[in-house]
Amino acid sequence: MSIILLSLFLWVFWILAAGNSDLLTLIVGGVAAIFIGILWGKRLYVNSHKAFDIRRWFWALIFLFIFIWEIIKANFDVAYRVLHPKRPLSPGILYVKSQLKSTWGRVFLANAITLTPGTLTIDIQEDLLYIHCIRIKPNELSVLRNKIVARFDRYLIKIFD
Amino acid sequence: MAWNEWVGLAFIGVGVLFDALGCLGLLRFPDIYNRLQAGTKCVTFGTCGILLGILFHQGITTFGIKALLGIPFLLLTSPVGAHALARGAYKAGIPLWDKSVMDEYTQSESSRAE
Repeated sequence: MSIILLSLFLWVFWILAAGNSDLLTLIVGGVAAIFIGILWGKRLYVNSHKAFDIRRWFWALIFLFIFIWEIIKANFDVAYRVLHPKRPLSPGILYVKSQLKSTWGRVFLANAITLTPGTLTIDIQEDLLYIHCIRIKPNELSVLRNKIVARFDRYLIKIFD
Repeated sequence: MAWNEWVGLAFIGVGVLFDALGCLGLLRFPDIYNRLQAGTKCVTFGTCGILLGILFHQGITTFGIKALLGIPFLLLTSPVGAHALARGAYKAGIPLWDKSVMDEYTQSESSRAE
C-alpha cells in the first residue's frame, strides 16, 4: 500500500516539476517513481488507515492556517529584535514535554517550533524536546513551556495520533 | 501591468525585506544559536514570499508551479538544517552567549560529544 502511495506521489510531483505532459515524460517519470517506490515504500512508516481518514486532513488544513499565522507573527517578532538598538535578548535552552506518540507528529512539531517566534529545536529525546528560546523570563517558565508546545500539540495529536 | 503582476511584486518586495532583515540579524545577534534563529525564521519567510510573488507574477505556468513546489520543500528542510547546525554546534562545545539565562540541555545524555 505504501509502495503505491509513494509511487503515485512521486509521479505527480515529477509531472508538476517537469511542467509538460509528453508521453515520454510520463513514462520515464512513471518507471522511476515505481522503482523508487519499491525500493523505499517498505521503509516509509505510513499508516494507510490514518492517511485516508478525512478528519485528519481537515485538522491538517486548520493546522496549516494556524501555522502560517504563527510564522508571520514570528517574523515580525524577530524583525523587531533585529532592529531594536539594544537587542532585547535573554536566551537560554529549556526542555518541553510533548504528548505526541508518533514519530511523524514529533517531526512536524519540531519543525513548527523552529519556525515560530523565538524558538529553535535543538534535540529530541523520546517525548522531550530541547528548545533554544530567544527570550526567557525565569519566573514564568511553566507558562512558557506550556505556550511553546500546546499551541501545536493539540492539533498534531488529532492529525497524527 | 495587470493586477497579478502588482501583487507579485508586492510579495517579492516583502520577501526581500525579510531576507535582508534575516541577514542583518545574522550579523547583529551575539552567538550561533541566536543567529540561527534569525537565519531560519526571516529567511524562510522571506524566500517563501519571493516564491509566492513569482507564482502571482507568472500565473499558473510551468515557472509558477515550480515556485509553488519550492515552498513546502523550504518549510520542511530549513528547520531541519537549523536543528542539525544547532545540535552540532552544541556537541562541538560552542558555549551559549554569556548573558544567557539558563541551559537545561546539559542534563541530557545526548548533549555531550560522541
